[in-house]
Amino acid sequence: MTDGPLVLGVETSCDETGVGIVRGQRLLADAVASSVDEHARFGGVVPEVASRAHLEAMVPTIERACREAGIRLADLDAIAVTAGPGLAGALLVGVAAAKSLAVALGKPLYGVNHLAAHVAVDIVEHGPLPEPTLAMLVSGGHSSLLLVPDVTADVRSLGSTIDDAAGEAFDKVARVLGLPFPGGPHVDRVATEGNSAFVLFPRGLTSGRDMERHRFDFSFSGLKTSVARWVEARERAGEPVPVADVAASFQEAVVDVLTRKAVLACREHGVDDLLIGGGVAANTRLRAMAQERCDAAGIRLRVPRPGLCTDNGAMVAALGAEMVARGRAPSALDIPADSSMPVTLVRA
Amino acid sequence: MLLLAIDTATSAITVALHDGGVVLAESSTLDARGHGEYLAPGIVDVLARAGRTAAEVSAVVAGTGPGPFTGLRVGLVTARTFAFACGIPVFGVCSLDALAHQAWLADAAELGQSCVVATDARRKEVYWARYDITAGGVKRRGEPMVAKAEAIADEVQGLPVIGRGAVLYPDWLGPRVGPLDVSAAALASLAARRLAAGEGLAEAEAMYLRRPDASPLPPRKPALP
Ligand SMILES: [Zn+2]
Repeated sequence: MTDGPLVLGVETSCDETGVGIVRGQRLLADAVASSVDEHARFGGVVPEVASRAHLEAMVPTIERACREAGIRLADLDAIAVTAGPGLAGALLVGVAAAKSLAVALGKPLYGVNHLAAHVAVDIVEHGPLPEPTLAMLVSGGHSSLLLVPDVTADVRSLGSTIDDAAGEAFDKVARVLGLPFPGGPHVDRVATEGNSAFVLFPRGLTSGRDMERHRFDFSFSGLKTSVARWVEARERAGEPVPVADVAASFQEAVVDVLTRKAVLACREHGVDDLLIGGGVAANTRLRAMAQERCDAAGIRLRVPRPGLCTDNGAMVAALGAEMVARGRAPSALDIPADSSMPVTLVRA
Repeated sequence: MLLLAIDTATSAITVALHDGGVVLAESSTLDARGHGEYLAPGIVDVLARAGRTAAEVSAVVAGTGPGPFTGLRVGLVTARTFAFACGIPVFGVCSLDALAHQAWLADAAELGQSCVVATDARRKEVYWARYDITAGGVKRRGEPMVAKAEAIADEVQGLPVIGRGAVLYPDWLGPRVGPLDVSAAALASLAARRLAAGEGLAEAEAMYLRRPDASPLPPRKPALP
């Protein structure tokens, strides 16, 4: 080993087949094959379609990652894979592939938590993680606030969504506004032309009582419905829908709640470093408001580049490499793919 | 030659090592939902029992189904990835052929001149194919299909039925003969025979026989009362 362990990471928890290769804290390859286009006409990810695509993409994506990294599989020190949470059938394809690599090559296997991997990926982007770090993960599948004393062994949940994930709300609102799937990038793009104060949409779980019971939880279902009602009222009245203004106002409501709670969590837990990950972290308004509020609160903000925020294999390799470097024990070869793996379980 | 054979198209998670002449080791676990858990340890187990290493394997052959998708994919992705990692070829054999061959190896006489393989396709259906029995082995008539047992009852009436189909739907299929689930040893032996006879083997592609369940978005529901 020079410069730390050489680890290949496999990610198949949703619709991206990702294979990444990391040496120590350096990213060597990040190959991703996405089936997102096949899901567009269904308005959301269809698990069986995703699973079929993972099977076909697996070997070509491993091959591409090795070529990009300029390594041979035999050089690897370990194989890491997302063991959960995610779509059960999709996860299983990646877990089986990773186990097969481990058996064929005689290398240790690390079945890791997808959410912890979203946090760990920033090691290859911005260097070692401060301990503790506070992480906010927002995507089509998750919205959670995590306190992370040690990303390889100790991750604690402070809160998460009680209904829709943040990215899901973007998809649903995009549909109401006649924008394509996946909604996040389209809402973001359209919103830049809009007035974010045009409609004051509700901020879920931010009122007095909710802040006691659901201090660091999120809720986006009510917001989504209220956008749909507002739009329909306009349509019924025969008036044009100001798409850019509604998109901007909706986005403002989401981003306001996310950043407000993230900064509050940092303050209350005495954490000076906030990391934002997941697909929604690519949202330009989220990045801008998080930066403003972190600056005001004296918090350092870390956001990986957009390609590392969405699901990918690099994040899994990054977490695996960190586990190997810290001497964490590998997983057994009979670990299951765990669709509801709790975030507190960092390694299966 | 050292052939690693894998099948996950039925309720058995089954692995075998074959040297081109005989089966060196076999490991099978019955668990219709445990394909992801048992397969990799099964490979480790057969290698250890045969006293061989992964690097000595010269080809991989996988059952291509048809079978329940989630389990089937575990076998195929495992086979393809293993072969890629070792730089060796990977082939496919129809899992129904493996079951027919297995029954023929065990007792060719009880299969008569023609028999049926019918496995559990869930949703009250079976994956099935019809086979002719010859002196040299079994020969499939046409492509495997998926159907309700009731719908094929007339067509296969009186023919011996191999596989879980006859256990699940005794009113429509039977008499039941032979094995219920695939054995990778039989799969390996069939693959070795086909290779020895100079027949090419198929690619390790999944036989799904059904489209994914998914319907395009319905029109947006009104949010106002
Ligand atoms: Zn994710």
